[in-house]
Amino acid sequence: MNSFFERRYVIAGIFISIVFVLLVRLFYIQIIDQRYAIYANNNVRREIIHNAARGPILDRNGKVLVQNVPFYDIMVIPKQVKSFDTVEFCRLLGIDKAEFDKQWNKAIKYSPYLSSVFEKQLSITTYASLQERLSEFPGFYSATRYLRTYPDSVAAQFLGYIGEVLDRDIKRSNGYYHPGDYIGITGVEKSYETTLRGQRGVENLMVDSKGKPKGHYANGLYDTAAVAGQRLTSSLDINIQKLGEKLMQNKLGSIVAIEPSTGEILCYVSSPTYDPNLMVGRERGNNAAKLYANVYNPFFIRPIQAKYPPGSSFKPLSALIALQEGVITPTTSYYCPGYYYAGNQRIPCNKGESHGLVNLSSAVAKSCNGYFCMVFQKLLDHDGAKQTENTFINWRANVNKFGLGSKLGLDMPGEGRGNLPTPLHYDNIYKQGRWRSSTIISLAIGQGELEATPLQLANLECTIANHGYYYKPHLIKAIGAQNIIKKEYTERNYVGIDSQYFEPVINGMQAVVEDGTAIRSKIPGIIMCGKTGTAQNPHGEDHSVFVAFAPRVNPKIAIAVVVENSGEGAHWAAPIASFIVEKYLKGTISERESGITVDYYANANRLPDTALYLHHTMMKKKSKTNIPQKTQKDSVNKQLKGEKSVSRKNKKDTAAKVLAAQYLKKEEENE
Amino acid sequence: MSNYNSQRSFFFNVDWIMVFIYLALCTIGWFNIHAAVFDEKHPSIIDLNTNYGKQFMFIIISMTVGAFILLLETRVITALTPAFYGITLLLLMLVLVVGRNVGGNQAWISLGGGFRLQPSEFAKLTTCLLLARYLSGTNVKVTDLRSFGVALAIIGVPMFLIMLQPDMGSTLVFLSLVFVLYREGLSPYFLVIGFLFIALFISAILYPPLYVIAVIIGITLFLIFLFKRNKKLMVTLIAGLAICIAFVFSVKFIYNHVLQPHQKVRIDIMLGIKSDLRGKGYNVNQSKIAIGSGKLWGKGYLHGTQTKYAFVPEQSTDFIFCTVGEEWGFAGSVVVIGLYLFLVLRIIMVAERQRSPFSRVYGYGVASVIFFHVMINVGMTIGLVPVIGIPLPFISYGGSSLLSFTILLFILIKLDSNRMGIV
Repeated sequence: MNSFFERRYVIAGIFISIVFVLLVRLFYIQIIDQRYAIYANNNVRREIIHNAARGPILDRNGKVLVQNVPFYDIMVIPKQVKSFDTVEFCRLLGIDKAEFDKQWNKAIKYSPYLSSVFEKQLSITTYASLQERLSEFPGFYSATRYLRTYPDSVAAQFLGYIGEVLDRDIKRSNGYYHPGDYIGITGVEKSYETTLRGQRGVENLMVDSKGKPKGHYANGLYDTAAVAGQRLTSSLDINIQKLGEKLMQNKLGSIVAIEPSTGEILCYVSSPTYDPNLMVGRERGNNAAKLYANVYNPFFIRPIQAKYPPGSSFKPLSALIALQEGVITPTTSYYCPGYYYAGNQRIPCNKGESHGLVNLSSAVAKSCNGYFCMVFQKLLDHDGAKQTENTFINWRANVNKFGLGSKLGLDMPGEGRGNLPTPLHYDNIYKQGRWRSSTIISLAIGQGELEATPLQLANLECTIANHGYYYKPHLIKAIGAQNIIKKEYTERNYVGIDSQYFEPVINGMQAVVEDGTAIRSKIPGIIMCGKTGTAQNPHGEDHSVFVAFAPRVNPKIAIAVVVENSGEGAHWAAPIASFIVEKYLKGTISERESGITVDYYANANRLPDTALYLHHTMMKKKSKTNIPQKTQKDSVNKQLKGEKSVSRKNKKDTAAKVLAAQYLKKEEENE
Repeated sequence: MSNYNSQRSFFFNVDWIMVFIYLALCTIGWFNIHAAVFDEKHPSIIDLNTNYGKQFMFIIISMTVGAFILLLETRVITALTPAFYGITLLLLMLVLVVGRNVGGNQAWISLGGGFRLQPSEFAKLTTCLLLARYLSGTNVKVTDLRSFGVALAIIGVPMFLIMLQPDMGSTLVFLSLVFVLYREGLSPYFLVIGFLFIALFISAILYPPLYVIAVIIGITLFLIFLFKRNKKLMVTLIAGLAICIAFVFSVKFIYNHVLQPHQKVRIDIMLGIKSDLRGKGYNVNQSKIAIGSGKLWGKGYLHGTQTKYAFVPEQSTDFIFCTVGEEWGFAGSVVVIGLYLFLVLRIIMVAERQRSPFSRVYGYGVASVIFFHVMINVGMTIGLVPVIGIPLPFISYGGSSLLSFTILLFILIKLDSNRMGIV
């Protein structure tokens, strides 16, 4: 004991005060503050989302068009990594040192203790060589992920592609999608998204700090199993699809073939196309950028988005309406001098050479412009010239019943309407009551403002083949293992033409192939009824169009082929159509009397000059604003309106581009 | 005769209270290590493949050593004190040359067979002993400048060597010996000034220097107003003000240029300037979650998810208190901290009953070192002090730590059992 004896109380007092501070703090975080219990729960309770396998898509005969393949992500927990042979590791992964450093720093920056993706989507071959050695690199492990794969690389525009969800998808889905989920962006992947995606399963696990499962939370009370997405059976026939894509390579245009008795689309070619596998995997961003840069725009779905004047392929329809309206009979004949005067307007026919005396069937077979101009004028003028507008409205309604000028309701996103002009359209150009049948005579031969999508043209052939009705065209014929068929696809849509009127028209169409314009495309042993067409193209060479169905009795296939910038229908579209039809009906392609071969057409290059094509695409957009104006006042309005629609179109284009850029950016970030 | 015999007895005069608290803390530690690093493959608590099995072995070894110390003559201990101190200094220098680098600190000497020695643990002990030996000398008074200087040197030399490792935690432990000096007569101003400087350090980091200085000037003016009659005090106050202002300015400099980046981050996290919950602040945050989720009664033995599933790093060593807090709740924490407080207060009581100044000074050294460890260790697990890697005495996993604390305590028990004799 010494004189500082009392100081022990000071020291004890300080110790007690500090302990008191510690206890108060403990009381606060253990008793008062409730957050930590929640955090602790969040730490160990891990919602493991089991993504349902996306449904596969088959062709009509059960051949796989798209399925899932496993890919492997390499994950890393930086704190668990021990020193290792970086060079060897990079070699196994197939990356360089710079890439390694980049990913490594990113992982550390995210968290040294939590796992993050180190390298994404290794192919099975890369992974196979890495897998055995992975144990040499503690801290790195693999996670499986399923991606789409397309064994035959066909029908890209039909299948579409999937991609990571965007923020707006997540917002719209009411919490179904989480960041990093995949969603159908185009094609069937988009339109059947809810069927294909299945139902995700949730597993509530207890995990340790490394995410290693340590058992089920609450003994699995809150767990649900994943339900795989349903299988879709498409109506496509992969054989003719492949043949179609081969024939259309290096050409712009499309092929649509439909089974008339069901409305099932057999062939859905859009050219140029792309390998759908390009839109999957690590190179996806780069590939997409390249495809977007392609001036011919492979993402433009020509069968449903492109619209062409049907040209002469419209003539059978004209004839049918006139027969139904009773203005002509099958025997109505007409002397063709090689031209036709509608008012003072001269319409050339057969390059100025006379067709002589033609009746309905031979007019179809010879594609006589004069005959159909005569029919059209009879139709529109039979109540007198003053009633032109009313009769036109009637005509328009009749045409519309065949599906022209409106969407057919295909089970794909992005379908266009084509164009069927309204009386208002002509009022705007010529003033109300100032236009007559002669003014709009070009409609008689499928030109002028009339425009149809290849799908609409093929559907038109179905209607003719069926003698007056069609089934809603569709690309998915059955859903799931039970092969459920939508009810709407089993209902007939009548077009209001009595079946007896079809025979004379079909006679003419048979003659087109037998000894008419498309004689070179005659298929041995099969009676094909068709019609060639030349779609006027003010911006370059005309588009080659051919529509047909076959065989004549009990038709199995109706087809529309458009080859852009390729002149007359008989030259390009008809032979291509004939190969598809024969391949579908016979399974093989026989030698033709005319000597045409698949190889010749497949190897031919009909691509327009890129610069010219770009220029014309711009012109097309511009020309929409240059419609002749009715009045000064209207012209102002119209101009505003026109510009608005152009700007809307531009906006759409821009939106698409922004979307593409967004995806690219997102993918870059994810890498 | 009987007196002589009982004096020769092993456990004559042993302070059983301290021994019991010691055993209680060791047992608590052992069970909590079991819970913290529980391994399903080796569930047995005495399985030597696991850390809890090893800790059991360390406890047995430590108790044997403790018993051996009770057998020693107290004279031997005092006589060998300078030698122990010298050996420790040599080891501290040796570790800088041949030491193994673990976690950025060159603090370990490998002994072979997987065992390692941490000289800094033993430096605390030998420094306490030498300090006691010196201060118990005749004509040595802490109030003398020369004696004070020597005492500071005894503390400072090992402290400096440990700082070179650099083991900041163990270095700071030596500061706790200021309590010993205070008890032996050091001016209370040292404690006040110490607290003042810690407060200034924290405010200078948290707030812009000019604000801090404005507040200090305000307080000084208020004090000058209060004591305006006392001219001498006013001079002191103004001088103190000048020093404080200089300190505030130098803090930023120290903070930016002297402290190592990881130390800066730890201070930032403690002060709430930075929250880096996935990185540097991860362990403190997880540790707080572990303790906080324990609530009043805890989750029960082996049911702590935070510690069992390895969310808290270093959960068996520096962060062992998380397991206590999580599995035994506030109740368990109070018991453990209460045991420590009781032990420390008991040591102070024991120290005061010594006739020999050597035993008393040593007793205060033991109390200060143990208390400082508990304060810093528990404080860092609940985010009150920056993360400084020092173990929780008797509870944390580790042979060196357990053994050195055991020797530290049992030398005191031995000295105390011999308190009637003259050393």
